[in-house]
Amino acid sequence: MEQNMVTLKINDIPVTVPEGTSVLEAARSAGIKVPSLCYLKGVNEIGACRICVVEVKGAKSLVASCVYPVSEGMEVQTNTEKVRHSRQLTLELILSNHRMDCLTCARNAHCELRELAAELGIDAVRYANDELLPRIEDSAPHLVRDNSKCVLCRRCTAVCRTTQEVGVIGPNDRGFATHIGCAFDRDLAEVDCVSCGQCIVACPTGALSEKDDTAKVWAALNDPAKHVVVGPAPSVRVTLGECFGLPIGANVEGKMVTALRRLGFDRVFDVDNGADFTIMEEGAEFLERIQEGGALPMITSCSPGWIRYCEQHHPDMLPHLSTCKSPQQMFGSLVKSYYAEKMGIDPKDIVVVSVMPCTAKKYEVRREEQRMANGCMPVDVSITTRELARMIQRAGLLFDHLPEGQFDPMLGLSTGASVIFGASGGVMEAALRTVVETLTGGEMAPLEFREVRGMKGIKEAVYELPGRTVRVCAASGLHNAKMVLDGVKNGTMQYDFIEFMACPGGCINGGGQPLQPAIVRSFTDIPALRAAALYQQDEAMPIRKSHENPVLQTVYQDYLGKPGGHKAHELLHCTYVPQKRYRTENRF
Amino acid sequence: MPNVKTVVPYSGTEEQEARLRAVIEAHKGQPGATMPVLQAAQEIFGYLPEEVQIMVAEGLDIPLSEVYGVASFYAQFTLNPKGKYQISLCLGTACYVKGASDVLAAVEKHLGIRSGAITPDGKFSLDACRCIGACGLAPVMMINNDVYGRLTPDLVGGILEKYD
Repeated sequence: MEQNMVTLKINDIPVTVPEGTSVLEAARSAGIKVPSLCYLKGVNEIGACRICVVEVKGAKSLVASCVYPVSEGMEVQTNTEKVRHSRQLTLELILSNHRMDCLTCARNAHCELRELAAELGIDAVRYANDELLPRIEDSAPHLVRDNSKCVLCRRCTAVCRTTQEVGVIGPNDRGFATHIGCAFDRDLAEVDCVSCGQCIVACPTGALSEKDDTAKVWAALNDPAKHVVVGPAPSVRVTLGECFGLPIGANVEGKMVTALRRLGFDRVFDVDNGADFTIMEEGAEFLERIQEGGALPMITSCSPGWIRYCEQHHPDMLPHLSTCKSPQQMFGSLVKSYYAEKMGIDPKDIVVVSVMPCTAKKYEVRREEQRMANGCMPVDVSITTRELARMIQRAGLLFDHLPEGQFDPMLGLSTGASVIFGASGGVMEAALRTVVETLTGGEMAPLEFREVRGMKGIKEAVYELPGRTVRVCAASGLHNAKMVLDGVKNGTMQYDFIEFMACPGGCINGGGQPLQPAIVRSFTDIPALRAAALYQQDEAMPIRKSHENPVLQTVYQDYLGKPGGHKAHELLHCTYVPQKRYRTENRF
Repeated sequence: MPNVKTVVPYSGTEEQEARLRAVIEAHKGQPGATMPVLQAAQEIFGYLPEEVQIMVAEGLDIPLSEVYGVASFYAQFTLNPKGKYQISLCLGTACYVKGASDVLAAVEKHLGIRSGAITPDGKFSLDACRCIGACGLAPVMMINNDVYGRLTPDLVGGILEKYD
């Protein structure tokens, strides 16, 4: 279908864009930066903050360019004295109700509000309110909210309601009392928040941040009685570099390993290994289900945000969830069993730290059903990519000057299959590499399943296997997961195997990943660039299938027995149970 | 004035709930259904407790936070039931300049609740209201149908003690 094009003039420059484009995006496409605050492309386009105002010839007043559509012959000025004055005054008024503790704020250098103040030339805040006190809400395991820094842009509520369709936060009350909170101002821990952390990466200020667990890691590293083991998730290696000024999509695996070693970890393993185990277990489970008539579609269980969503919103689908623990938890379980036994270390003296793209992992490590038979929790502390970057900075490591390092081999040898876990569709593709080869007896099995790749929210494919057609689906973002589940329940969508990731695009776009200012989204598909780096690494790897990983072959042979066997079940599987959405005792 | 959370236990009847379900059914799937459904809910229950808002959220398949956002935004909605004795304290211009805010503070202190709330025993509810047309008696408050005028903060205790 051909799109109607519209030509207008912005700052006297002719610009041609598709009909329906906003003036703001039209300007940006012509290299003119209209500053913005509440605008988050594709997520929050509501014209609330009035920072992006421009002059349109013939209009009564200044217009918010993020919600003002272009029209033929329109004449726009983005940089007049009137516009600059209006933006400055608006920002000063926003700052009048913002607690400015920039030096000690978690956002510090990444704050879009601070950057905006510099950009608009705010050299004094005439209406500063020095009496604002912190308004901390830190009930949930993954997040800290401080409404004294909130500018009511509603980017967080938009992402929670629209992208994730969870909708646990919104603007409460009215006028000056307006604030972001849960219904009835309940604590976040009391409501059906899934801990995905998408609100944090959407927030332009320090109002939302992950709960910083780095102090626990430093304490473990400083304790000579503890044997501290670390493992980063597949996606962290292609995002960590952004925290040190490297381009989006830079793969920094080697430097990351060196950094972890220099931070003082006793062993630097790779959660990629946990991912490979997940494929072996999930693959065996899927084959068993199709051969013995288990609940289909089988749905992946790697994403703790998705798990919590399923438990709260779709408890009827729990029998469809794979019983596999997530790669993080499999990794931790193996460190505190196999590795501990091999090394002769009491698992109670081991501290397992995971580095995750994810804030929901902080919630997952506390879940009681994850506890091992020896009484240990598989993972002790889960930190995000951003927290690792902070530790590297604090330790004075010049990241881009670090030499390349290698993971410790015992649980540190990965495959292409595990690397792509970090992108939506990656778990599915990794599983298919193993499952199809098992079903076809190895011959002619394809290595790549490109149909499930890419940043589309819902991806489907049908594969003809010996004796059976397998219909698969990979969806990311909980709104998309809900659409697929609705389709499965009403019979309009039929699948055998579904991969769900809570965050749009998968782990590479997780709530614990490096912050990128909203304007970058106008020009860049951030998740796509990060995912491309993973697929590139996959292609370059000598081993690209989980079952060919020599580490796994050794561990299964020496320790676990066969995939899906008794010991594997005890260590690597768990069950999920329905959870209440509302904490009030009600009768509905 | 932010809406104040209620401390009174929910006591909706099956009949009230059935009426609300019928209203929800009639509006389900329509755009902008939240407002009329909440208005009907308030008419049925007299206020909008959490239990009722959950019924609305689940019935219309929208997040509870959205329902609460609307309920706490509009002054026409209340999260509190009315007490056995409803106190309306005038904050209109005449009453205000005659010191009504000090009287309000005295009532709030005496009852231990803020304006917009209800005492845990359900006896008193307190609301600030606009001019009731008795400016000559300013500052004025009403308790159900009784009018009290020319109030000062020290008169408040004696008046409230008359109600059991």
